[in-house]
Amino acid sequence: MTTHPLLKVRDLRVVFRRRGEPDTVAVDGVSFDVAAGQVIGLVGESGCGKSVTSMAVMRLLPARGVEISGSIELDGVELLALSDSEMRERRGRDVSMIFQDPLSSLNPVIPIGLQITEVLRRHRGMGKAQARAEAVELLDRVGIPEPRRRLDTYPHQLSGGMRQRALIAIALACRPRLLIADEPTTALDVTIQAQILGLLSDLVRETGTALVMITHDLGIVAGMCETVNVLYGGRIVERAQRHRLFGTPRHPYTHGLLRSIPRLDSPPGEKLAAISGSMADNLPWAHSCAFAPRCPRVLETCLDITPDAETSGGRLLRCHNPVPASAE
Amino acid sequence: MTTFTARRKARIDELAGGRSLTSEAFRRLRRDPVAITGAVVVGLFVVVAALAPLLAPHGAAETFVELKRDLRPGTIPGPMEGFPLGSDQLGRDFLSRMLLASQQTLLVGVLATVIGLAVGVVIGTIAGAFGGWVDTLLMRLTDVLLAVPHLLLAISVAALAANPSQTTVIIAVAIVGVPIFARLLRGSMLAQRESDHVVAVTALGVRRSAVVLRHMLPNAIGPVIVQATLTLATAILDAAALSFLGLGDADPGRAEWGLMLAQAQAYLDVRPALAFFPAVAIIVVALGFTLLGESLREALDPKGSR
Ligand SMILES: Nc1ncnc2c1ncn2[C@@H]1O[C@H](COP(=O)(O)OP(=O)(O)OP(=O)(O)O)[C@@H](O)[C@H]1O
Ligand SMILES: [Mg+2]
Repeated sequence: MTTHPLLKVRDLRVVFRRRGEPDTVAVDGVSFDVAAGQVIGLVGESGCGKSVTSMAVMRLLPARGVEISGSIELDGVELLALSDSEMRERRGRDVSMIFQDPLSSLNPVIPIGLQITEVLRRHRGMGKAQARAEAVELLDRVGIPEPRRRLDTYPHQLSGGMRQRALIAIALACRPRLLIADEPTTALDVTIQAQILGLLSDLVRETGTALVMITHDLGIVAGMCETVNVLYGGRIVERAQRHRLFGTPRHPYTHGLLRSIPRLDSPPGEKLAAISGSMADNLPWAHSCAFAPRCPRVLETCLDITPDAETSGGRLLRCHNPVPASAE
Repeated sequence: MTTFTARRKARIDELAGGRSLTSEAFRRLRRDPVAITGAVVVGLFVVVAALAPLLAPHGAAETFVELKRDLRPGTIPGPMEGFPLGSDQLGRDFLSRMLLASQQTLLVGVLATVIGLAVGVVIGTIAGAFGGWVDTLLMRLTDVLLAVPHLLLAISVAALAANPSQTTVIIAVAIVGVPIFARLLRGSMLAQRESDHVVAVTALGVRRSAVVLRHMLPNAIGPVIVQATLTLATAILDAAALSFLGLGDADPGRAEWGLMLAQAQAYLDVRPALAFFPAVAIIVVALGFTLLGESLREALDPKGSR
């Protein structure tokens, strides 16, 4: 990629400090880029730091008890150095976010039309009537039938899929340059999921918005992300173009994730390979590989030396004993 | 085919019509017998209070020869022609005084609650929205007020006034309500601050004042409104108690249930009805507000819905 990235995250580290409790390192030196119009994926199991990463980019983590270091540059501007009010100016307009739970992310006491026009009036300086007209258009864009009537409905009167569409409409109302979608479809059933994902990628293509898709579901990533980052224990363990990542996963964790997805071409009766253990019993990255306790390819070195991230041929890999490229 | 299209359209209209959570709560309330009982009592009270000057056959301070004739130590005339509840200790029409007193009671109760609510909401909003040292300072102050038993607090405030009046009663009772409202609102504001939709709207770059006033406050105020209904009941009781203790308006001609109850003390053996009616009125009205408040609380509780 020769064009300079819109979002440049370098060495992002987020530590939760609480009195009387050991520190939690939620994100531990994460770096990635997103260019305008690009879709990247951030994948990993529960607790690996996906949401904390996105909240850090939005600067929505609480000021107290959280230590953020590293650098988050948006179009050359260091977000971590901005004052609260400067950051508030950028939220919505430059970076926006779609949250996981479509019901609780909408204000229950305000009709959805008002929640859209509020953003339009704030960020695009529209008058009341103009904002209403634009809101109708946006609801129509995201595939909500009878949009004019829907303006006056309350969130609890909409189905889950409709709510998520409304949320997307609100996020798009600001025309953000970067959109972070944190598991935008986990709460929805499979058919609606597919519709919403299709909608998101269409919108991104049309508006040139950069999109960070956060998910624990590799199926979602397979469909729409150019580059996929696999996160484990707060660090990126593998990153590659999606075809390369899915074709030849090199990190044992990625390999395991892919093998635990049922495949149509797998012979009937074959057992699904589940990754043993869970994040809870991981080792810290200090002096070892955090995945070592669960790794089927673990070596003596893995328990003594932290693997460094190495890049070769456009693939980033953090592993002492990767799966051979010819395997599978 | 046309009927099908028309029916379908009607159904869509019906489904799309915006209905807020509050209006659904009202629908639930209308089917709740406890709420209906409370509403009827409160409604009757308000109507009587509003129409008292029309309903009352006589004035509150008017004395009558017919009543005074039989008034001597040891006897107070009971019901007679033209005076359904008889006389009070000074030869005035007891029924008229009971009716007119409802107006005073409602006025004091509502004013004290509304003032307490307004001040409490401002304090609770500031504390809950901004947190930090502002929150700590305000909450310490409310803690101090809450530590004092509420009647004692009302008495102390009312006793500070150089000359007791209805205004001092209202202020004293309002001050009792302030820390309750402030604490309650502050708690639900804090919960709102962490809630998904507030984080979401912050992520959209909505102005801070709009986040607080449009997205946090309306969602946080429900329990406080319910509390206000309940506080109205205690406000009426507290105001009556203050009058009873002689900390209210000293004008003997004024009709007020608490004051009437206090004055009836001396005649309990002569004519207990003089104490009985104001006491029952106070209790019934306070109970009405409590029933209404409790069922409001249940109807607005999201966990109780469906
Ligand atoms: N406020 C907090 N205080 C302390 N630790 C936290 C806090 N928020 C998150 N963490 C920790 O940070 C780690 C990463 O959490 P995060 O929410 O980013 O996970 P996630 O990848 O989004 O998981 P999920 O798929 O379940 O949403 C977890 O181990 C969690 O315990
Ligand atoms: Mg998450």
